[in-house]
Amino acid sequence: MAYAMQGALQQAVAAELQNPAGFAAPKRLNHLKTLEAESIYILREAVAEFARPVMLYSIGKDSSVMLRLAQKAFFPGKIPFPLLHVDTSYKFPEMIEFRDSYTREIGAELIVHKNQEALDQGANPFALGTQKCCGLLKTKSLLDALNEGGYDAAFGGARRDEEKSRAKERIYSFRDPLGQWDPKNQRPELWNIFNSRLNKGESIRVFPLSNWTELDIWLYIQTENIPIVPLYFAREREVVVRGASIVPIYSQNDLLPGEKSQRISCRMRSLGCMPCTGAIRSEADTLPKIIRELLGFKRSERENRVIDHDEEGSMELKKREGYF
Amino acid sequence: MSLHSANEHQDGFSTLVDHHLHKDMLRFTTAGSVDDGKSTLIGRLLHDSKSVYEDQLASVSKSRVNRSSGPIDFSLLTDGLRAEREQGITIDVAYRYFETPRRKFIIADTPGHEQYTRNMATGASTADLAVILIDATRGVLAQTRRHAYISSLLGIRNIVAAINKMDLLEYREDVFRRLYDDFLALAGQLNLSNVVGIPISALEGGNLVNPTGRMPWYHGPTLLEHLETVPVRAEVHQEAMRFPVQYVVRPDADFRGFAGRVASGTIRPGDAVMALPSQQMTRVRSIVTYDEAAAEAFSPMSVTLTLEDEIDLSRGDMLVTPENPPTVASRIDAMVVWFDAEPLAVGRTYLIKHSVRTSRAKAGAIEYRVNMNTLEQEPARELKMNDIAAVQFEIAKPLFFDPYERNRTTGSFILIDPLTNATVGAAIIRAALPAESSHETDWKTPVSAGEKHLRHGHEPALVLVESRPLLAQYLDRALFAQGFEVALVSGEDVPAGRLADLLPLSQSAGLVLIYSTGAISAEQKRALRLDAVRTFDLTALNLPEDDQGAVSTAVAALQSLRIAEGPADAGEVN
Ligand SMILES: Nc1nc2c(ncn2[C@@H]2O[C@H](COP(=O)(O)OP(=O)(O)OP(=O)(O)O)[C@@H](O)[C@H]2O)c(=O)[nH]1
Ligand SMILES: [Mg+2]
Repeated sequence: MAYAMQGALQQAVAAELQNPAGFAAPKRLNHLKTLEAESIYILREAVAEFARPVMLYSIGKDSSVMLRLAQKAFFPGKIPFPLLHVDTSYKFPEMIEFRDSYTREIGAELIVHKNQEALDQGANPFALGTQKCCGLLKTKSLLDALNEGGYDAAFGGARRDEEKSRAKERIYSFRDPLGQWDPKNQRPELWNIFNSRLNKGESIRVFPLSNWTELDIWLYIQTENIPIVPLYFAREREVVVRGASIVPIYSQNDLLPGEKSQRISCRMRSLGCMPCTGAIRSEADTLPKIIRELLGFKRSERENRVIDHDEEGSMELKKREGYF
Repeated sequence: MSLHSANEHQDGFSTLVDHHLHKDMLRFTTAGSVDDGKSTLIGRLLHDSKSVYEDQLASVSKSRVNRSSGPIDFSLLTDGLRAEREQGITIDVAYRYFETPRRKFIIADTPGHEQYTRNMATGASTADLAVILIDATRGVLAQTRRHAYISSLLGIRNIVAAINKMDLLEYREDVFRRLYDDFLALAGQLNLSNVVGIPISALEGGNLVNPTGRMPWYHGPTLLEHLETVPVRAEVHQEAMRFPVQYVVRPDADFRGFAGRVASGTIRPGDAVMALPSQQMTRVRSIVTYDEAAAEAFSPMSVTLTLEDEIDLSRGDMLVTPENPPTVASRIDAMVVWFDAEPLAVGRTYLIKHSVRTSRAKAGAIEYRVNMNTLEQEPARELKMNDIAAVQFEIAKPLFFDPYERNRTTGSFILIDPLTNATVGAAIIRAALPAESSHETDWKTPVSAGEKHLRHGHEPALVLVESRPLLAQYLDRALFAQGFEVALVSGEDVPAGRLADLLPLSQSAGLVLIYSTGAISAEQKRALRLDAVRTFDLTALNLPEDDQGAVSTAVAALQSLRIAEGPADAGEVN
């Protein structure tokens, strides 16, 4: 009893001290504006301190938000770094269309990189398995592109709430000259002070959206009116149901032997490569509907990404090899 | 381009958005020794508050690893690295996000293992509240004290002492009372405020989200109830304005804007501002943002300012309120937490990053190191990994700073090794030290004793050491290492009867004179007439037998000689 009383009393005293009567009610930035302010601070800090930053642009919802934050950070100036899209050639046509028109519209410099060698040799997830395919078309391709460009910092739209190894990552994620992450030996990162010092060949992946949740992203897209790829909105689509996944079909060639396509009202919760990203059944064709639907979800957004489930800790393994 | 429309009106939707945007946010961290149950607590809290997705829970339940005595090892919800699961400990911070109808939370689940103290400090540096766990079967340990100390140093305003594993001790009230009292004693020593004790079982979920019938004697809030209702720190915009310039936006010859994040205070167009270090004065012309020109900017907004005059201002400089500027100094005294395996060495040059400004800094004297078993101050010549100490620094470019309690941004910095580029330490600024070459005085003015004392940073004194010549020698070294001006005089060279002749000289030179002699009687002592000078008679201090213990006790006593500098409240961090 005594302990409880003591606690309550202390709280009351603390409340009084922190907001003494007579002071004007303190102004507060709303939740999204607070996240926005932190992200802008991170973007500016990296641009000020690194010689050659680049933004990894994956065309998804998080990239769309990150791009808007970059516009805000350097306004009225232009975004002072190029965007890099690592194109596996297995992206949905709507994504490529959106990428080209939107980056042109906002006047951003876009670099597209493909691992042409692997593609020429016929790399695809069915023949190689998803792990190997990702390794060649995403990780290797990304590392090559970063090397060729001589980039010492790369912004990524990863969020800590996405996945258990991302939950462990710093805002400035140090990578050795091979682009590898060492989760057991990360630099301490106190307050909002970032250490950008590097030796030759080393680099930093910078994650301005570290503290955003999936809900924050959607609320921001809604309140800021940010354009996103139409695949996020539900409509009837030609799909094939493959095991537990619903896979959109663009031509009859996309069907495996014995498969049949059907029309289902569905949408993407998260965007990746066509063969490895499933759609979800949904009627949510507007942002308010998407947000309401999100609040009711019982399963995580990465559940529909095959690559995360190859084996326990597969995201961590990929990150250690240089994936972002 | 936009298929969607933002202005779609659905019943209640804007209320829902509004509710989310204006919800309170609390950032909290776990702390405490290894295996006290931090990760289990967080996993259980997330699970019991229905904040875990089904597929994430499924992946944890089917994991090969389970070190708990229950069906699900809840620690795996945050221990996400392979090495963590293999070794059964947390290695680095996991950040988790969850919300209840009342609040949003960002959790930092930190490691208890001493080797990873740097990662605990990382997680704690942005927290408003720390849940410090104490294993009921093990009590308050050195690592509990270290984490409590770091929490106090980092200015965490709210502490929960979670006495865990009550299930292993029959949920006994006396166990809880004893351990909570132990912790309250520690909290008192560290000036930790707002401490609330809660008896819990992380494993069973007792008193985390739901009360438990096992502890009917406890009537306080559950952990979640407390987290949902504890007052959140309100941003204080009445504080003096500080605006570190992060980046100069210069799209064309007509526009020159200074981008940055408001560290404290409020800025409005027309406000007079002073630039540091140039001390040039100007006014704010406008606050530019992508959305619209703003009428005011306050912490923690990121904005771009344009100014009325073309002044000298670039990245790393600061705009401040002219009526209430920060302290500007190039010699400072800071509390350091050292992270690196390579020790901090006195005399070595490091890089410090303070807010957005990096400069070189030489580590000067180590004033003292904190002993984590006794919390006492002890002398040190270098800092080892996880040591916490008061250290003096001499900085190439002057720092503009405020006391950390008033401003976390301007009151802290990190230390970087210029060779390895590693982040080797974090520091909280305590006070400015007097400049090495004090202000110019007339060459004809005699040097006063007071000036000498000020430059040394301490008052003179006599230290009497009887029959322990080695102790005298060790003390000489320890005081010297801490930057004291010391002289060691042996009774063999100067007999007790002649000591009085020496004292006026050592007093005006400002020395701490260590007089090492054989045993002398009370009668002899009186004859020395020592009441004229400040004397530390070590025999009267009841020193420990061992020399090391004796040295630290003596050095701690001598700290009272130091001359305080800078703002009166700046030295209070500990
Ligand atoms: N009986 C009992 N065991 C518990 C309780 N809480 C945690 N444990 C066990 O204590 C061990 C350590 O738990 P963790 O949650 O990993 O401890 P931790 O504090 O996160 O450890 P580090 O992060 O490595 O410092 C595990 O075996 C848990 O199952 C409890 O309330 N009662
Ligand atoms: Mg743990």
